[in-house]
Amino acid sequence: MTAWSRFRSWLQATLRRSRLESDMREELHFHIEAYATDLTRSGVPRQEALRRANLEFGGAERVKEECREARGVHVLETLFRDLRYALRALRRSPGFTIVAALTLGIGIGANSAIFSVINGVLLKPLPYPHPEELIDLHLTAPGVNFPDADPAPFLYFTYREQGRSFQSVGLYRWNTQSVTSLTEPEEAQCLNVTAEVLPMLGLQPALGRWFSERDAAPGSPQTAVLTYGWWQTHFGADRSAIGRQIIVNGISRQVIGVMPTNFRFLDRDAAFLLPLQFDRSKEFLGGFDYPGIARLKPGVTIEQASADVERMIPIALHSFPPQPGLTVKEFEDVRLAPKSRYLSQMLIGDIGKTLWVLMGTIGIVLLIACANVANLLLVRAEGRQHELAIRAALGATWRDIARALLMESVALGLLGGALGLGFAYAAVRVLVSMAPSHLPRSNDISIDPAVILFTLGAALLTGILFGMIPVIKYAAPRIQNELRGGGRAATQSRERHHARSVLVVTQVALALVLLVGSGLMIRTFQALRGVDPGFDPRDVLTLRIAIPESQAKDATAVIRLQQAIVESIRAIPGVASAGLTTAIPTERTGHDLVYARDKSYERGVPPLRLFKFVSPGLLAAMGNHLIAGREFTWTDAYERRPVAMISENLARELWQDPQLALGKQVREDLQGPWREVIGVVNNVRDDGVQEKPPAAAYFPLLMNDFEGDAIAVRRSVSYIVRSNRAGSQTLLADVRQAVWSMNPNLPLANVRTLQEIYDQSLARTSFTLVMLAIAGAMALLIGLVGIYGVISYAVSQRQREIGTRIAVGAQRSDVMKLILSEGMSLILIGLAVGLAGSLASTRFLSSLLFGVTATDPLTFAAVILLLALVALTACYIPARQAVRIDPMVALRYE
Amino acid sequence: MQKQLDLLQGTLDMLILKAVSLGPLHGYGILLRIQQVSKERLEIQQGSLYPALYRLEHQGWITSEWGASENNRKAKYYRLTGAGKRKLQAETENWNRMADVIAGILGTRPEEV
Repeated sequence: MTAWSRFRSWLQATLRRSRLESDMREELHFHIEAYATDLTRSGVPRQEALRRANLEFGGAERVKEECREARGVHVLETLFRDLRYALRALRRSPGFTIVAALTLGIGIGANSAIFSVINGVLLKPLPYPHPEELIDLHLTAPGVNFPDADPAPFLYFTYREQGRSFQSVGLYRWNTQSVTSLTEPEEAQCLNVTAEVLPMLGLQPALGRWFSERDAAPGSPQTAVLTYGWWQTHFGADRSAIGRQIIVNGISRQVIGVMPTNFRFLDRDAAFLLPLQFDRSKEFLGGFDYPGIARLKPGVTIEQASADVERMIPIALHSFPPQPGLTVKEFEDVRLAPKSRYLSQMLIGDIGKTLWVLMGTIGIVLLIACANVANLLLVRAEGRQHELAIRAALGATWRDIARALLMESVALGLLGGALGLGFAYAAVRVLVSMAPSHLPRSNDISIDPAVILFTLGAALLTGILFGMIPVIKYAAPRIQNELRGGGRAATQSRERHHARSVLVVTQVALALVLLVGSGLMIRTFQALRGVDPGFDPRDVLTLRIAIPESQAKDATAVIRLQQAIVESIRAIPGVASAGLTTAIPTERTGHDLVYARDKSYERGVPPLRLFKFVSPGLLAAMGNHLIAGREFTWTDAYERRPVAMISENLARELWQDPQLALGKQVREDLQGPWREVIGVVNNVRDDGVQEKPPAAAYFPLLMNDFEGDAIAVRRSVSYIVRSNRAGSQTLLADVRQAVWSMNPNLPLANVRTLQEIYDQSLARTSFTLVMLAIAGAMALLIGLVGIYGVISYAVSQRQREIGTRIAVGAQRSDVMKLILSEGMSLILIGLAVGLAGSLASTRFLSSLLFGVTATDPLTFAAVILLLALVALTACYIPARQAVRIDPMVALRYE
Repeated sequence: MQKQLDLLQGTLDMLILKAVSLGPLHGYGILLRIQQVSKERLEIQQGSLYPALYRLEHQGWITSEWGASENNRKAKYYRLTGAGKRKLQAETENWNRMADVIAGILGTRPEEV
C-alpha cells in the first residue's frame, strides 16, 4: 500500500468527512435498491423484495461502522465525535459555558500576551545571520571604579591586527548631526561606523554600496549612506539620490548607498550613516568613547574571545603613546579587562528578569482561574451524577465517561484559548504602547506562530489540568451507587467536599502571593516617588543645539552665540530661567578623572567622575542649588579661568565638608593647570532615581588646556528652559523663534520635558507595578468569585440540614457562625499557605524593589488583612442566605 | 444445485480484485459477478462486501468513481489500480502454490510416506 494513497484517504476522511458519509449512505442504498429491483423482476412483490433485500444485506449501521473503520481514521473520528458531543453538552448550559470560557479566556489571553513579549524580546534571535557569533566588546576598569567602559580606537587597531578569535572587529558611535542642505535645517540621528560593521551584520544595501576601507581612511572623500526611511522622506525614494551631495555639519558628503528597509542597528533608528575615520599613526592611549562589536570565528566561544582580548590589552598599551598628560603606568593602573557579552544580551539587558517575573505572575492568575473553572465543573458534575450513572448502567465503561468528561473540559479549554487569543491580540497592543520606552526590541513583539502554538498548548494543558479533577472524582468505577441514592444524597460525601476545600485554599494562597507582590511594587513606587532626585523636573523644557564650525569658527564665537541664544530664550514671556549643560539626567555622558592637589596618587589613579560642562544660570533652571560657594559667571568662561564646581558627595569624599572644598584645587590629568573649586552643588541622581547620585565635577563651557586640548569648547549642549508653559507648542515655537533670530541655520534636537525624562527613569517600575496590580486585582476578583461560589453552593446543598437545625431550635446567629467558621477556617489555611509561598517567592522580586525589603512586614500585614476581609465578605453573603432559610420550606421538600 | 460454500477467511479480497480486474463494476455488480462466475456456489454476506471494498480502496489496490448504472442511476464504480493488478497477480500465484501444496498433502496415499 502506498504512502500516498494512505495519506490521500486520510486527508479525504478528515477534510470531507460529511461528503464521505453521504457517499457511503448512497452507495449502500444503491445496492439494496438494485437487489430489490432484481427480485421484483423475478416476480417478488415490491414490498417483500425491499424487505428481503434489507434483510440479506445485514445491519446497515454495523456495515457503515466497519466501513468507517476500514478507512482507517477511527481514532481521529472518535475524537472529533467526542468533541462534538462535548460542545453540544456545553451548548445546553450556556451560562456555565460563558462564565468558564471567559474566565479561561482572560487567564490564557493574559499569558499569551506576556509570552508574546517574552518571545519577541528574549527568544527570537536577532535579525542577522548567525547572531550567536556577534558579540559586544565592552571593558571594565576596576582601577578607576568604572564597571562599564567602551573600547577605544587604539584597541580597535590592536584587535584588528593581533586578534585570533575574531572574523572582524568594528567600532561605532551614535550622535546627532545637523544637515543644512535640505529645505529646513535638521538635527538628525546619525550612526558612525568603521568599514567592518555593516558587512559584519551580513546585510545587503538596498541601493548603491557600503563604506569601503578607503571611505574609512583619513583624507578620503567624505561619504554617507542613507537609511531607507530617511531616503524615502527626504529624497522621495529617488534612485538618483546616489551620487548627490548632502551637507552634514558643514561638510559636503556624497551619498553612496541606501540601507535595506527596516534596518535598525541595535534597536535604534538612524537617519544616515557616516564612516568613522581613524588615523592609526595619530592614535594614542585613551578615547574610550566607541562601543565595539565583533563577529567571532565559527566555533570560538565568548570565553576564548575574552581571553584573547585580555592578552591583547597589554600589547595595545605598549604599542601607542599615552594621551598627553598621562603615562602608560596610569593606564595600567586603570586595570582594563574584557567584559564581552553576546550582542543579544547587551541589547536585552536585565529586562529579562522583569519579564519572567511577570510571566510567573500571570501564570498564577491562570492557575487561580483554573481552580475556579474546576470548581464549576465539580458542581456541574455533581448535578449530572444521575446522568452519568445511567450511562454507566447502559454499558459505558468508566473510560468512556472519563473521556466524555475530559473532552468537555478540553473543549472548554479550547474555547477559552480562542477567546484568549483575541484578548492577547488587543493586550499586546496596549502592552507595547504602555511598556517602558526602553523596552528593547519592542518592534519584534507580535502574535506570531510561536505565540499561537503557546496559546494552543496553554488551552489544552489547562483543559486537561482542571478537567482531571472531576474525572478523578466522578468517573471512577464506584458510580453505580449513585443510582440508588436517586441523585439526592442527604449529605455531601466528605471526600467531595474535600476537593472543593483544597481549591479554595489554593486560590486564597495564590491570591496572597500575587497581592503581596503588587503591594511590594506599590511600596517601591512610593519610595521612588519620595526620593529627591536633586533637580526639579516640573515645568522644564529641554532641547539640544549643536553649533557646527560653519556657523561659528572659533571657540569664543561659539559661546558668544550660545550666550546670545540662552539670553534671548530667557527674554521669552513666562520663562523663569534658562541655562546650558552637556549632561541631562539619565543620559550617560562623559566621565574622566579628578586629581586633588592635596592628595597623593602614588598608589594608582583616582576613580572616574561624571563631568558636566555648564553655563551660568543652569543651577536655577535645573532646580539644583549651591551647598557652598558660588556659581560660574560668563566672565569665567570668556576669560577661560581655571575654575570648577563639584558635587556635594565628591566634596565630602575628598574633604569631608563642602565648606572645606572651597579654594581647593583639582585637575583632570597630570599636565593640565590646577582649577580652583569655587562652588559645591547638591547631589543629583543622574543615573536614575533608584541609583545613588554619582560624584560629579562641573566645568565652564570654555577652558584652556583641558583634556589635552589647548582651548576646549562644547559645541553641542542642551538648553534647559524653566517655564510654566513647558510642554506647550507655543513655548516651543517661541524658543525656536528665539534661536533662529540669532542664527537661522541651527536645528533644534531632542525636544523633551524634564518630567518625561524623570518619568522614564521610573518607567520600568511603574510598568511592573501596573502589570502586577492588574494581575493582583484579577486574582482578587477571581478568588472572591471562587470562594463565594463554593460557600454558597455548600449552603444550598445543606438547606435541609440547616432548615432542620433551625426547626429544632438553633439560633440564627448559630447558623451564621457555623457557615462563617467553616469558610474562615479554609481561608485561614489558605492565608497560612500563601504566607509561606510569598516569603519563598518574593525574593524573585528583590532586584525590582527599592526602599523596601522583600519581606516588608507592613505590606504583608496589609495584604493579609485585605484578603481576609474580602474573603470574609465572600462567605458572609451566602451565610446570610443560610440564615434566611425557612425551615418549613426546606423540610417540605422531604 | 449444490450446497453453497462459506467463503474461506481472507479470500474475499482476492475475489473482489479478480472481479474488478475484468472491468469497472459497482458493489452490487461485483457481488453478481462473483456469484455468476462461481456458478452460485459461494455464499457471500452482502453487507460484508463494503468494508472489504473500503479497505482495498484505502490500501490503494482499487479506486472508485461515480458513474451511471445500467438503469441510469448514480452508482459508485470500482476499478483495479496498477498496484492492485500486481497485488492480484501475486495473490493468485500465492494461492495456486498453496492449493498445490495442500492438494498434494491431502492426496498423499499411505504407501507414499
